[in-house]
Amino acid sequence: MLPIIFVLPMVQLLILSNAASFEIKNIKFSYIDNDHSLASRELISKFQASSYFNIIESFSSKKEANFQMQAGKIDVILEIPNHFERDLIKENSTNLSVSINAIDGAAAGVENVYISQIITGFNQKIQTQLYQYNEVSYEQPINIVTIPSFWYNNTLNYKTFMVPGILVLLVTMLTLFLSSMNIVREKEIGTLEQINVTPIKKYQFIVGKLFPFWVLGLVILTVGLTIAKLVFNVPILGNIGLIYFFTSIYLLVILGIGLIISNHSDTQQQAMFIAWFFSVIFILMSGLFTPIESMPVWAQNITMLNPIRYFVEIIRMVMLKGATFSDISRPFFIIVCYAIALNGIAVWSYKKVN
Amino acid sequence: MGIIVQNISKSYNKIKAIDAISFEVKEGELFGLIGPDGAGKTTIFRILTTLLLANEGSASVAGFDVVKDYKAIRNSVGYMPGKFSLYQDLSVEENLKFFATIFGTTIEENYDLIKDIYIQIEPFKARRAGALSGGMKQKLALCCALIHKPKVLFLDEPTTGVDPVSRKEFWEMLKRLQEKGLTILVSTPYMDEAELCDRIALIQKGSILKIDKPANIIKDYHRIIYDVKAKNRHQLILDLKNYPSQYSVFAFGEYIHYIDKNENFSATDLDNYLRQNQHSEIEIRVTNPTIEDVFMDL
Repeated sequence: MLPIIFVLPMVQLLILSNAASFEIKNIKFSYIDNDHSLASRELISKFQASSYFNIIESFSSKKEANFQMQAGKIDVILEIPNHFERDLIKENSTNLSVSINAIDGAAAGVENVYISQIITGFNQKIQTQLYQYNEVSYEQPINIVTIPSFWYNNTLNYKTFMVPGILVLLVTMLTLFLSSMNIVREKEIGTLEQINVTPIKKYQFIVGKLFPFWVLGLVILTVGLTIAKLVFNVPILGNIGLIYFFTSIYLLVILGIGLIISNHSDTQQQAMFIAWFFSVIFILMSGLFTPIESMPVWAQNITMLNPIRYFVEIIRMVMLKGATFSDISRPFFIIVCYAIALNGIAVWSYKKVN
Repeated sequence: MGIIVQNISKSYNKIKAIDAISFEVKEGELFGLIGPDGAGKTTIFRILTTLLLANEGSASVAGFDVVKDYKAIRNSVGYMPGKFSLYQDLSVEENLKFFATIFGTTIEENYDLIKDIYIQIEPFKARRAGALSGGMKQKLALCCALIHKPKVLFLDEPTTGVDPVSRKEFWEMLKRLQEKGLTILVSTPYMDEAELCDRIALIQKGSILKIDKPANIIKDYHRIIYDVKAKNRHQLILDLKNYPSQYSVFAFGEYIHYIDKNENFSATDLDNYLRQNQHSEIEIRVTNPTIEDVFMDL
């Protein structure tokens, strides 16, 4: 059991951090060039140059392209109309048709942005060229160019963002599952009955049950942070002691939840099922994979109850932003309140009589 | 100061597990609860060991009330549940140490009490409890229940699933513990073990049928029991049940126990009846009643 407890989460961290990527790459791109002009070829070469697009094929008709889209072979169809270059020069405007496979809505949105960027770049360049041809008194058009600066994660490396989050997930799931299975296991084996007739105090028993998992949670955090630093080179700007201090309190919350589940279940299956139910909700509503800000207001309010949300928030703030205690004091105190309340309920709901 | 139980009742979701049970166990007595599975024996144990609250009635163990003084009871009783419930992945010695520590004592302090029993499992003290044989598990569980020198010992079906030799040894150990002044309440579904107790309570469907010394229970039994044997056993049972004056017929070891309604029953008549029904190798003789016979009759 012990190797499983340690090895599996680490494998998960290594695999998930590499795989759970929000970057859209290798977009299967196809085009229909009805114009065959200098301008159309230049536009297509822009796409070829981009590392995000794989040019799969060029089609001669829209019908054929649609067929391939239907078969799932391509994601994007760019159709360049007849007289594309002529219209550009003569009328200063023309139309392009872009079809995107939007089965995955989020990916389609990102693809759209990529395509628009390339077309806008092409557009600006062709405009300047055209002006140079046609007008003697050429005046440089005024363009507003924005150069974004991404704070706390300069290169927008998604791993920097994901690794701390996945680490939270691992620490949480492992301690929640192990602690929720724990007392119920003793119920199943019958040892609880033997323990209950002894003069042992409730709190002694519960501390004895939970302390090993508390230590285990901190050990997993340590191993996880080491991997984050050495393998993924995630910056740790803040005080690492603060992360540990927060985690040690946070673990009490999770262990308390596990204990309550354990107290109210009769079998390990039951405990497992309830633990799963809560962890799925907690994880999906934690801001780990989808930003909380883009959830509907009622869902945002629900996330206020979610301890994982605070942990994800804090670990990212401390690691990437170098937050100090005063920056995280609010979520910190919320977690302290949770810890006291949940463990209170846990001790109270554990009965030595059945 | 042993155990006093007065009108205890307990229901689980409207199903009455035990119904107005009263009995008394004297200090230093070896008292047996005898009854089939589902008679309510475990429920009585759980109430007396403060694991369960009764719906009605009152009980006291070693002078302490089971509801008010439950903490004192937990310090002064040893309980061995029917199901083996020690930590399977701890070794024999670790289990014993663990329970000694919980009771705030050490193995050395009460070693004289468990010595006889512990010596038998000591060669395996490094073995995990889960890897012990059934008989040795029972001995270890008994050691753990005795480690804090309890005044009262509760043993819920201690010999279920244990081989006959270990069962015999186990009862000898109980006798020796009794000599050391312990009050022992033991339950068992085996009628032959009943005769080893000082007094027994026959219990069925949550009610006590009879409480007395095993010898008295047998002595009070006034019917004559016949051992009957023939070649075709199954047919024999059916035919005996069809005999006009039969009172009860049940299998008992290699014989069939037969009881007749009439006082002036003649074995020859029965013999003739069986012969008419094509039975061979017929054997009929009077036998001494056992607790089982009494129980079957109640």
